[in-house]
Amino acid sequence: MIHFFHFGKTLSAAWLLFPLHPPTASTIAHRVDYLYYFLTAFTLFFTFSIFAVILYFMIKYRRRSDDEVPEEVKTSIPLELAWTLIPAAICAFIFFWSCSLFFRNSRPPANSTEIFVVGKQWMWQLQHANGAREIDELHVPLHVPIKLTMTSEDVIHDFFVPAFRVKEDVLPGRYTSIWFQATELGTFPFECAQMCGALHSSMRGEVIVMKPDDFAHWLSSNAPAQTMSSTGEQLFAHLGCVSCHVDDTSGRYPQLAGVYGRQVTLRNGARAAVDESFIRGAIVNPNAQPLAGYTASMPSFQGQIDEVQLLDLIAYIKTLGSGQKADALR
Amino acid sequence: MSVGVAELATRSRVHYLNESYGVKSWLLTTDHKRIAVLYMVSITFMFLVGACAAALMRIQLLDPAGAIVQPETYNKLFSIHGIIMVWFFLIPSIPAVLGNFLIPMMIGARDVAFPKLNLLSWYIYIIGALFVLYVVIYGGVDTGWTFYTPYSSTYSNSHVFAAAAGVFIVGFSSILTGLNFIVTIHKMRAPGMTWFRLPLFIWSLYATSIILVLATPVLAITLCLMAMERFLHMGIFNPAIGGDPLLFQHLFWFYSHPAVYIMVLPGMGVINELIAAFSRRRIYGYAFVAFSSFAIAFIGFLVWGHHMFVSGQSVYAGMVFSGLSFLVAIPSGIKVFNWTATLYKGSNSYDAPMLYALGFIGLFTMGGLTGIFLASLSIDVHLHDTYFVIAHFHYIMVGGSVMAYMGGLHFWWPKITGRLYPDKWARFAAFTIFIGFNLTFFPQYVLGYLGMLRRYAVYPAQFQALNVLSTAGASILGVGYFIPLVYLIWSMRYGRVAGPNPWRAKGLEWETPSPPPRENFEETPIVTEEAYAYPTRPRPARV
Repeated sequence: MIHFFHFGKTLSAAWLLFPLHPPTASTIAHRVDYLYYFLTAFTLFFTFSIFAVILYFMIKYRRRSDDEVPEEVKTSIPLELAWTLIPAAICAFIFFWSCSLFFRNSRPPANSTEIFVVGKQWMWQLQHANGAREIDELHVPLHVPIKLTMTSEDVIHDFFVPAFRVKEDVLPGRYTSIWFQATELGTFPFECAQMCGALHSSMRGEVIVMKPDDFAHWLSSNAPAQTMSSTGEQLFAHLGCVSCHVDDTSGRYPQLAGVYGRQVTLRNGARAAVDESFIRGAIVNPNAQPLAGYTASMPSFQGQIDEVQLLDLIAYIKTLGSGQKADALR
Repeated sequence: MSVGVAELATRSRVHYLNESYGVKSWLLTTDHKRIAVLYMVSITFMFLVGACAAALMRIQLLDPAGAIVQPETYNKLFSIHGIIMVWFFLIPSIPAVLGNFLIPMMIGARDVAFPKLNLLSWYIYIIGALFVLYVVIYGGVDTGWTFYTPYSSTYSNSHVFAAAAGVFIVGFSSILTGLNFIVTIHKMRAPGMTWFRLPLFIWSLYATSIILVLATPVLAITLCLMAMERFLHMGIFNPAIGGDPLLFQHLFWFYSHPAVYIMVLPGMGVINELIAAFSRRRIYGYAFVAFSSFAIAFIGFLVWGHHMFVSGQSVYAGMVFSGLSFLVAIPSGIKVFNWTATLYKGSNSYDAPMLYALGFIGLFTMGGLTGIFLASLSIDVHLHDTYFVIAHFHYIMVGGSVMAYMGGLHFWWPKITGRLYPDKWARFAAFTIFIGFNLTFFPQYVLGYLGMLRRYAVYPAQFQALNVLSTAGASILGVGYFIPLVYLIWSMRYGRVAGPNPWRAKGLEWETPSPPPRENFEETPIVTEEAYAYPTRPRPARV
C-alpha cells in the first residue's frame, strides 16, 4: 500500500518535472502553442496509425510456410493519388496557418518601445532610449510592445526568449529585430541560441517583466545623465560629422534632417529606405552605397566606433527634424 | 569437430575473398566487392570514433553544470561528432559499402564502370579521414560541423583548417563515387535489364549520385572561400572586412540540405529491397516509389533556406522556403504508404533485416513528421537550434539511415561473407537499438520545445531529468550497436554457410554463389523479368 502511494507520488512528480511547454508569457506564445499542439496530435496520430496498420498486416499476413504463395495485389492509381493529394492538402493547411502566424509575429506594432541589444563574446549589452544600460538583464514593462534592435560586436549570436517564443540571429554588421509584448509579470530567461565560442552556453540573462509604473520608476532611477540621442549628438560633433552633414550649406553633402524613414536614390539608380541598417552602412562603409547626386566621398568610421556608439549616433540622426520618431526615442 | 559438406565446398571454391591473399592484394584491388569491404572497415572505425565523442557528450550532460569536460572541450566533442558522422560515416555508408558491392551485382555487371577510379575514391576518403583524425589527436575543432562564419574564419582558435581540409578532400571521394555509379548504371546493365526492371535500390542510388555530383562541389567552394578568409583575410564572409556572413550559410546549406538526402535516399533504397524480400512481393506502386526518389532529390535542392528562418534572411524568402519544404513531405509520404501497402496480403516474415526495415519506417515517419514542425515558420522560430532539431534529424539519420544500413548489412551479409549470423541475436540487437534509440531521442523533442538549446555544455537544472533519460537511452543504444559488431565478426569464421540465396529472394545478386566469384557471374545474365518477380496466385474470383 505504502509502495503504491509512493509510486503514485513519483508519477505525479515526474509529470511536474516534465512540463510540455515553457512559460506562456507573451501575446504570441499561446498562438504558437496551439499550432504546436495541433502538429503534435497530427504527428502522433499518423505515426501510430501507420504502426498499427503495419502491425496488423505483419500479424494477419505473417508467413505460415516457406513455400506459401501470396495473393496478387495490383497497384491502385486512385489509392496512389489519394495518398499524394490528401497529405498535400494537409500540408497546405499547415503552411497557411504557420505563415499567417509568422507574419503577424514578425511585424512590430507602430507604437513599440525600442530597446537596443549588442551581443559580444560572451555577454549581452542592452540599452534603453533614455541611456539606461544593462548587462545580461532586460527590464521591460508589462503589456507594452517592445521592439529589440540587435547587432553583434563579433560573431553571430542569437537572442532567444523561450517564454515569449521569439528568436532571431544577432549578426555583426547589420541590424535584426524581434518584438514581443509580455503578458506575465516575472523573470524569464533569455539565451544565446547560435554557437558563438567557448562560453556560448553561459551567454544568457533574464527578462524582468515589471508593472508599467514600477518600470517607469526603475527606468528613471537608472537613467544616466544622457539619453542615447544626446550621447549620439556629442559623438556627432566629436567625430566631425556635423561639419559636412549639418553646417555645410554648399549642397555637396547630404543633409540629415528628416532623412530617417525616407526613400533615397543611390548612384546606381536603386532606391533604398533609410532605416537603421542603412545609416549604419553609411557610417562604417560609406562608399558601398553612394547616394545619387553627391560626388564627394566620406571617410569610413569602421573600427573607430563600437556598436553601442553606432546605435547612439543612429538614435541622434533619427531625432533630426522628424518630430514623431524623436518622441519614440525619448 | 567434423566439417560439413557445405563448409568444405565454400572453402574449396575460389571467390573474391580467397582468390588472393595479403595486404597488397587488398590495397591494390580494383574489385568493387573488395573496395566495398575496405569502406566497410574504414567507416566502422570512423563510426566508433564519432560514437566515442557522442558518449562523452551524453556523459557530460548528466549534470547541468557539466559532468566531465570544460565547455571548450565539449564544443570540440560535438564538432567532431558531427563532422565524422556526417562526412565519414553517413554519406559513404550505404553508397560506398552496399552501393559499391551491389550496384554491379544487381545490374548484372562484372564491376563498376571505372574500377581504378573506385579505388582512388577510397584512398581520397582515407586521406580526408587522416586529416580529421589529426584534428582529433592534436586538439580538435570547435566550430560545429557547420563551420559558421565569421566564427570559423576569424575567431576560432582551433584546427579549423585541417578539419575543413579533411571535409574538402573527402568531398572528392563522394564526387568520384557518384560519377562512377551514374556511368555504371547507364552503361553496364546486363542485356534485358531495362530501366523499369531495375531494383528500386538502384533508382535511389542513381538519384543520390546526381546529388553527390552536383552539390558536393559547392561545399568544396564554400570551404575554400572560408579558408581564404581565414588565411588571406579576404573579406568574403566577415562584415568587419566587407563580407557577408549570410552568404556562407546560403552556400553551406545549398550543399548540406541536399546532403541530408544523400544520407536518407540510399536508406530508402535499401528498405525497398528488404520489404520486397521479406514480404515476397513486388513493391506496391513501383513507378511511384521510383519517381518519388527523383522528386525528393530535385526538391531537395530548393529548400536550403529553411535552415535560415531566423538568420536575418527576408521573411518572404522564409515563406517560399517554407512552402517548398512542405513539398518534400509528399514524396516521402508516398514511399511510406507504398511500403505499408506492400505488406498487405504479403508473405511477411520476421527475419532480422525485416525488423530493421519496420523500425526504419516507424522512425522515419516520426522524423519526417517532426520535420513539418520545423518547416512551419512560426514554430521553427521557437524550435530553431533547440534539441527538437537534434531529435528530428537523428530520427531521420540514425533512426532512418543507420537502421537501413544495419538492415542492409544483415540482409546482404550472407552474400558478402558467405556466412549467416545467429538470427536470434540479430533480432535481439534490432529490438535493443529500436528501444535505445527512442529512449535517447524522444525526450529531446520535449526538451527542445521547453527551450533547451543545442551545443550547450551546461544547461538549466530543470532539464536534468530528461537529459538523464536520454543518456540512459544512449547506453542501451551503444549496447545495441555493440552486439552486431560481435556476432558479425564471429560469423565470418563460425557462422553457418549461407548458400547462394538464404532468403529465397529475387534479384541478380542472389543468383550467383556466396561469396561471389571475382567476376560476379560465371556468364553474363540475361534478364527476362521485372524486379521482385515473386510468384503470386491470382485473386480468387468474386461470387
